[in-house]
Amino acid sequence: MIAQPAPKPEILARREEILAALSALVPGDGVIGDETRLKPYETDGLAAYRQVPLAVVLPRTTEQVAAVLRYCHQTGLRVVPRGAGTSLSGGALPLADAVVIGLMRMNRILDIDLDDRFAVVEAGVTNIGITKAVEGDGFFYAPDPSSQLACMIGGNVMMNSGGAHCLKYGVTANNLLGLKFVTIEGEVIDIGGAHLDAAGYDWLGLITGSEGQLGIVTEVTVRILRGPEGARAMLAAFKGTEIAGAAVDAIIGSGIIPVALEFMDKPCIHACEAFAHAGYPLDAEAMLIIEVEGSTAEQEDLLNRIKAICERFDPISLKVAESAEQSLAIWKGRKGAFGAVGRISPDYLCMDGTIPTSELPFVLKRIGEMSTQFDLKVANVFHAGDGNLHPLIMFDANDPDSFRRAEAFGAAILTLCVEVGGCLTGEHGVGVEKRDLMSVQFTARELDQQRALKTAFDPQWLLNPSKVFPLDGAPLAMAAE
Amino acid sequence: MTDALGPADEAGVAAVVAAAHAAREPLAIEGNGTKRGVLRPVQAARTLSVRNLSGITLYRPSELVLSARAGTPIPEIEAALAERGQHLIAEPPDLRALLGGDDPATLGGTVAANLSGPRRIAWGAMRDHVLGVRFVNGAGEVLRSGGRVLKNVTGLDLCKLLAGSYGTLGVLTEVTLKVLPAPEATATLLLRVPDLDAGVRALSAGLGSPFGVSGAALLPGTPDLAALRLEDFAASVAYRIGRLRDDLAGFGDASIIEGEASRAFWREIRDAAPLAAQPQEAVWRLSVRPSAGPAVARVAQALGGRALLDWGGGLAWVAAPADAATHDALAAAAGATGGTCTLFRAPEALRLAVAVLPAEPAPLAAIGARVKAALDPAGILNPGRMRAGL
Repeated sequence: MIAQPAPKPEILARREEILAALSALVPGDGVIGDETRLKPYETDGLAAYRQVPLAVVLPRTTEQVAAVLRYCHQTGLRVVPRGAGTSLSGGALPLADAVVIGLMRMNRILDIDLDDRFAVVEAGVTNIGITKAVEGDGFFYAPDPSSQLACMIGGNVMMNSGGAHCLKYGVTANNLLGLKFVTIEGEVIDIGGAHLDAAGYDWLGLITGSEGQLGIVTEVTVRILRGPEGARAMLAAFKGTEIAGAAVDAIIGSGIIPVALEFMDKPCIHACEAFAHAGYPLDAEAMLIIEVEGSTAEQEDLLNRIKAICERFDPISLKVAESAEQSLAIWKGRKGAFGAVGRISPDYLCMDGTIPTSELPFVLKRIGEMSTQFDLKVANVFHAGDGNLHPLIMFDANDPDSFRRAEAFGAAILTLCVEVGGCLTGEHGVGVEKRDLMSVQFTARELDQQRALKTAFDPQWLLNPSKVFPLDGAPLAMAAE
Repeated sequence: MTDALGPADEAGVAAVVAAAHAAREPLAIEGNGTKRGVLRPVQAARTLSVRNLSGITLYRPSELVLSARAGTPIPEIEAALAERGQHLIAEPPDLRALLGGDDPATLGGTVAANLSGPRRIAWGAMRDHVLGVRFVNGAGEVLRSGGRVLKNVTGLDLCKLLAGSYGTLGVLTEVTLKVLPAPEATATLLLRVPDLDAGVRALSAGLGSPFGVSGAALLPGTPDLAALRLEDFAASVAYRIGRLRDDLAGFGDASIIEGEASRAFWREIRDAAPLAAQPQEAVWRLSVRPSAGPAVARVAQALGGRALLDWGGGLAWVAAPADAATHDALAAAAGATGGTCTLFRAPEALRLAVAVLPAEPAPLAAIGARVKAALDPAGILNPGRMRAGL
């Protein structure tokens, strides 16, 4: 288990006073203090870790967020920002002496401008909510994390979320124009706006993906894009993972950038097929889902090119969707992959390392060997075009030894990702989950430099402390329990 | 004339910076020095150039990744990519004609200035494709951020912070970029529009179409000319340019240029050549919401200047008389739309007299000063390059 910093006794002792002060700042039903109602906030998408917070605050306005942060700053009260609580890395895991600031009540769409192709939304608007608001006019918001029905744009900004279509459209950072940003001192700052590449330092770029370490985002100006004329998927199944990896290389090398290029290994294919009945080939060792965009004729042309490439790799089957419905069917299994694995295993850990795509066969072979070594099953599903792996490690949370092995297995996979030239996390964030592995990827000086930047924004280390940076080397206030 | 230091490698860069840090002696940081005339002049007795840190260190076409040392000339990178049918996504400008000088820009300088060309509107800025950096901070420490993979959210993103920081926060020594296949074909739809507002509406209609417009510029003239570019496989470009021409027919008389003619046209836009900036004029870059482009262009014209609009109308290149009153008027015009104004090129006296970048709100400026101190504690890297006193 990962250590947490010791709670500040002076804060715990002042609990009633703090609740009263917060209630004055966010009146009505904006503050939660009783045990039962705090319970739902004790964890997020990394359910193995739980901690009931001191209090939860649910502001409705930027001014309320600013007032709460100002109070926290004056009081020395730790803050954990939270959107929908879907983080897979424990980014919203509370601390016993922290107030959780939940942004789910800030869920208004403030402006949509189709001529200038942007939307201004509050942090608690769901990812899919943005697309829903503009799709009637043919537009969409591009980043599409698997949790897009629930996850909120504020959380997407904080974790720099990706999705299945970022090979073409980029991740969150590439699709933002501006933020309303509240500092720990309670200052409200407008970063960027409705224009590209604001002059001066790239605060937008630094804040995006900062996991709540620098401040709280209450409004986001996103770019919205016109959708293509259409899109269609195909499925290609191969006899070996190396062969599928080589096919991926050949597709990209041909000059085609599919809008999505997803990879599943045999255990994953089986789990998804049992769940979705998508018609996946059960005898394949590896399968690709490839999606292209354009007019019907353009889709046809691109899919024919990709088919011709795949045929050079002795495929078991090639299935091109003949309709939008068939495309949906092909995607259904992939989109339900996590749920499908959840059906065959009581619990699983979802890893998120990225590797150079040429290392794919080697890394898959090593993960297979580790599966035997740790005596835990693993299913692999990932974004093949950009090398972002999602090994799903299956374990039983009721068995402490199984959980311990699962965590060790995960750490071994992520260490391997770094060793072959990749990184610990491609889109889920470091959170609390990968915090203690940061020294695998970064030198002590590199971590100190990042810590110094956090200190520049948050001198007392009140903002989402205990995430991202190993406690060893953090300021004194962060000493472990 | 300042002393020029050109270490041969990263360790040499670190040694120079560490010594300057210890002695608290400012350094002017540059590659080939092509952007010496951009933003504010640096007051430093010595110049540290990374021009001798040159060469591509990793190129994996099928992984869409290229790494090169910071002093590598951009044309060398473009040539290596072209050999494998790929290109730099952000299409950075070649500003030799605008800024003077014969040396090409380096990778480090281009990233440090976050300079992007017409493709920015569709495919992102230079900073969007920086996957990783190696750099030397102001204390002389060699550090890394990011990596060499396409998706990476591990730790704070110093790549983006350093991109566009003009060497004030660290000296880039190596950069890893995402690259993409160069398109098989390209074509451009040219529309003779009645005025700038109609022109931006045409660009907006094109960018709001499903056809993947990858360049959208507006050239004031007689008549005003709106240009929309497509880049893709040949069959797609042929189909899409026809659809685009039909859909935008109402905006003005149309013509189409293809292949090399189209490529040459966009090189000119990229390099701000149609602006025809005269030696005695100053040059500004204004970033505004696209629909505000015509208004700032008219302000420029009223001030006796000229404008060229790119990025769907959102980037206004302006050439106008090099005086503080003109600068203030342009900055006010950009600010009124919520956008920003950068004094890009000007005689030294003007660059020292005015704020070349818009002021930041006080709380952000305070954070900025602390961030600068965190990376460059003695304030020796390019002091005053972006803002006076910083």
